[in-house]
Amino acid sequence: MTSLTVTGLNKSFGALKVTDDVSLSVEPGEFHAIIGPNGAGKTTLISQLSGQLRSDSGAVRLGDHDVSRLSMPERVRLGLARSFQITSVLPGFTALENVALAVQARDGSSYRFFGRVSDESPLNGEAMTALREAGLDRRAHVLAKSLSHGEHRRLELAIALATRPKVLLLDEPLAGVGGEDAEAFIENLRKLKGRFTMVLIEHDMDAVFALADRVSVLVYGRIIATGAPEEIRNDPEVRAAYLGEEEGEAA
Amino acid sequence: MTELTATATPANRPALSGRVKAALVLFVLFALMPPVASALDDPFYVLIGTRIIAYAIAAMALDLILGYGAMVSFGHAAYLGFGTYAVAILSRHGINDLFLQIVFAMGISAVFAFVTGAISLRTRGVYFIMITLAFGQMAFFFFISLSAYGGDDGVALAQRSTVLGMDLLETNFGLYYVSLALLIGLFFLCHRIVGSRFGRVLTGVRENPTRMEAIGFSPFRYQLTAFIISGCITGVAGVILANQAQFVSPAFMSWHKSGELIVMVVLGGVGTLAGPIAGAVAALMLEEWLGHFSDNWKLYFGIFLVLMVLFSPHGITGVLRKMGLVRGQE
Amino acid sequence: MMNLFVLQLLNGVQLGVLLFLIAAGLTLVFGIMDVINLAHGVLYMVGAYLIATFAAATGSFWWGLLLTLPAAVVVGLVVEFVVMRRLYARSHLDQVLATFGLVMIANEAVKMIWGTSPLSVPMPEIFSGSVPLMGPLKYPVYRIVIIAAGLAVALGLFVMVNYTRVGMLLRAGATNRDTVSALGVDINRLFAIVFTLGAVLACLAGAMVAPILSVDTGMGESVLILTFVVVVIGGIGSIKGAFLGALLVATVDTIGGVFGPIWLRSFLDPSAAGQMGRVLAPMLVYILMAVILFAKPAGLFGRRA
Ligand SMILES: Nc1ncnc2c1ncn2[C@@H]1O[C@H](COP(=O)(O)OP(=O)(O)OP(=O)(O)O)[C@@H](O)[C@H]1O
Ligand SMILES: [Mg+2]
Repeated sequence: MTSLTVTGLNKSFGALKVTDDVSLSVEPGEFHAIIGPNGAGKTTLISQLSGQLRSDSGAVRLGDHDVSRLSMPERVRLGLARSFQITSVLPGFTALENVALAVQARDGSSYRFFGRVSDESPLNGEAMTALREAGLDRRAHVLAKSLSHGEHRRLELAIALATRPKVLLLDEPLAGVGGEDAEAFIENLRKLKGRFTMVLIEHDMDAVFALADRVSVLVYGRIIATGAPEEIRNDPEVRAAYLGEEEGEAA
Repeated sequence: MTELTATATPANRPALSGRVKAALVLFVLFALMPPVASALDDPFYVLIGTRIIAYAIAAMALDLILGYGAMVSFGHAAYLGFGTYAVAILSRHGINDLFLQIVFAMGISAVFAFVTGAISLRTRGVYFIMITLAFGQMAFFFFISLSAYGGDDGVALAQRSTVLGMDLLETNFGLYYVSLALLIGLFFLCHRIVGSRFGRVLTGVRENPTRMEAIGFSPFRYQLTAFIISGCITGVAGVILANQAQFVSPAFMSWHKSGELIVMVVLGGVGTLAGPIAGAVAALMLEEWLGHFSDNWKLYFGIFLVLMVLFSPHGITGVLRKMGLVRGQE
Repeated sequence: MMNLFVLQLLNGVQLGVLLFLIAAGLTLVFGIMDVINLAHGVLYMVGAYLIATFAAATGSFWWGLLLTLPAAVVVGLVVEFVVMRRLYARSHLDQVLATFGLVMIANEAVKMIWGTSPLSVPMPEIFSGSVPLMGPLKYPVYRIVIIAAGLAVALGLFVMVNYTRVGMLLRAGATNRDTVSALGVDINRLFAIVFTLGAVLACLAGAMVAPILSVDTGMGESVLILTFVVVVIGGIGSIKGAFLGALLVATVDTIGGVFGPIWLRSFLDPSAAGQMGRVLAPMLVYILMAVILFAKPAGLFGRRA
C-alpha cells in the first residue's frame, strides 16, 4: 500500500485556471473522495495525477517516488491507475480481452510474437478475477462495444483493477448508473476498500458518505475543505458552496 | 478477433479460423495455377503469377500496420525498392544467394523503417500519411541519383538468385514455387504475430491509444516495432520482384506503387491478412485485363477506385458481406 | 560565385512563390476540412494545360489567363461537388484512395485530350526580356513577374485571412472545426469556397509557370510531394507556415543542389564530393523535413500533431 501526496498542483487552459494550487495527501489504504460541482476541475485533477495531462507546476508523489515528470504508462507501471468518467475501452475487444490486456501490461513481456495470447490461461484467469470483482464476469465474452452503459462502467473498473494498482483513481465510476445497479456497484467498491489507496470522484452522495474515510471538496479548482464525511456534511462553507442544493434534493 | 474463452484449451476452439481457411484456399489455387497455365500452353502466366505473389507479400505486410495498427503508410514502395536493390547490389559483388540477399534486404529495410518510423510516428492522421509519402520519395530520389546502379534507367540483372548454391530459380516454375513458399511462410508468420501478445497490443493501440496508455503501454515502441517488421517483409517481396523482372529500377518505388499497395489492402479487406493477398490478385488482374482493352486503362482503374470508395466503403469483402457470401467479423 | 548565388537565390524564391500558391490551398483544405487530397498537384497541371489551350485558341497569353481563371473555378466546384464533398466525413484512408483514383483519372484524361507530347505556352511579349542585375548578370523579366505576382497573391491571401469574415471563419475552422459549426455557418458552403479557392490558386500557379516550363503530365507529380513537405514543415492549416515553408523548401532545394557539392569539395576530394552531392542534393528537402519534424512534430506553426 502506498500513499499519494500532491503539492501545489496548477493547471490552466488559456485564461481559465482549472487547478488552483491543489495540495492533498492520501494515507496508505485510505478511501478518499473528492466532490465538487460540475466543471470544478475534478477530471482535470485526475488527468494530472495520472499523467495524461501535464501540470503547469506542482508535484505528485506516489509513496517514495516523485512521479511528476513521468508519463501515464510509467506511472501506471509504478502502481498509479485510473478509470475514465467517459468510458474509454477497446470497443472491438471482448470484455475479457480488454482486461487481459491490462494484466499483460504488467505481467511479462509484450514482445512475444508467436504464442497465441488467447491461450494464455494465467492471463485469462487473472482477468476473470478482476471481472468478477467488478461484477462483470458473466459478460466476459461479449464485445465491449455491445455492452450496456452500466456494464461499461463495470468494465472500466475491472480494467483498472487488473493493473493491480497501489493507488487507484476512480473518475465518477457511477456516472449514469442508477437504482439497484448503483447499489450493487457501491457494494463492489466497498469490498475493495482497504486493499489499496483509493481516490474516488463522485456526484452520488450516498456512495461518497457510505464509502469514504475522508472527503475533499473542490470548487473552481481549489480544495476548500478536507475532512471526515460528518465534518464535511456540517461545514458551513461547503454547504454554501456546494452541498446545499444537493442535500435539499436528496432529502 | 478469434473466439476466446477463459478456459480455452486447444480442444474447444475451432481448429482453423475462417481467415486461415480463406488463405489456404488461395494458396491451393496459387499452387494449381502453373500446371493449368502450361496445359493451356501459356507459360507466360507463371511469370505474371510470380509478380502477383510478390505484391501479395507486400500488401499483406502493409496490412500488418495499416489494418492492425491503423498506420496508413504511403511510402511502402520504398521497401519494395530496397529489396530489389539488395539483389542488384549483392549480385554486383558476386553474392547471389537468395537467403543472404533476403537478409540484406531486411537489414536495409529495418534501418530505414527505424529512422523514418521514429520520426513519422510522432505524428498521426494526415501528417503521418504525408510524411511517410515524403520519406518514400526521398528513397526514390536516392536511387535515381545512384549512378553506379543505372540511376533513373536502372540496371539489368545478369542472373537470378541461387538457393544454397543451386539454381532453383532459373526456371520460371522454380521461381514461382519458391516465391509461393515464401508467401505461405510469411502469411503464417504474420498470422502468428497478429494473434500474439504483441499483436494484441498493436490492435489495442489501433482501437484506443489513450486506453492503452492508461493500462501501462507506450504505444510508440510497439507501433515502431510493427512498422519495422512490415518494412522487412516488404523488402522480401522486393527480392522476389527483382528476380521476376531480372531488372531493377527506381520505378518500383514511385509513390504510385505505394498507392497501389494501399489499393490492394483495401480492395481485399483491411485487417484480414488473407484479404490483401486476394486484393493483390484482384488489382493486378484488373490491371492486366483493362490493359487488354485500352492503353488508357489507368483512367478506368481510377474511376473504379473512386466509385469503390464512394459506394463500397469496405472493399470487396464489404460487397461480399453485403451479399452474404462472407461472414461479418468483429 | 556571388553572382551564381544571387541567381540561385532568385530561382529559389521564384519556386518558393509557386509552391506557396499551391500549398496555401492544400494547407487550408487539410486544416479546415481534415481532408487529405492527393489530387491537388493535378490542379496545378490542369491550370497549365488550360492556359496552353486558351492561349493557343486566342493567340494571346493574357486572354488565355483571363479564361483560365473562371475555368479553374468551374474545375474546383465540380471536383468538390462530385467527389470531395462525399469524403469529408470519411476516413483518411478512403480519402487517400479516392483522391489517388482522381490522380489516375486526371493524368490519363489529360493524355487522352492533349496527347503525350509536351505543350509550350508563349511568353507574353512585354515580359520576354531580361534585366541586368549586377555586373554581367541578367535575370529574365518573366521570372521576376512571377515572383511579384506570387507575392501579391500571398499578400491578398494574408489580408483575406486576417481581416475578412471568411478569413475569420477559416482561422477558426483550422484550429477548431466545431466552433465554426457552432457559429451557425453553413459548413458545406465554407468547404466549397475553401476547396475552390485552393483549386484556383493551384491552377493559377500552373498557368503562371507554363511559359517557362514544358507543360506535360508529370508536372503535377513532382510538385505534389514538395507541396506536402511544405505543408508538413509549415504546420497544417497555417498560411504563414505554408509561406515560410515554401520559401525554405525552395531555397534549400535550389541552393543546396548547386552549392552543396561546392561545399562538400572543401573537405572531400572532387570526385567523391561530386558523387555525394549528386546523391544528397535531391534528398536535402526531405532531410530538412525530418530535422524540423524531429524538433517540432506539428511543424513550425502547427497546433495539432
Ligand atoms: N482540454 C481542455 N481545454 C479547455 N478547457 C478545458 C479542457 N478540459 C477541461 N476544460 C474546462 O475545465 C473546467 C473543468 O473541467 P473538468 O472536466 O475537470 O470538470 P469536472 O469537475 O470533472 O466536471 P464534471 O463534474 O462535469 O465531470 C471546465 O470548465 C472545462 O470546460
Ligand atoms: Mg469530470
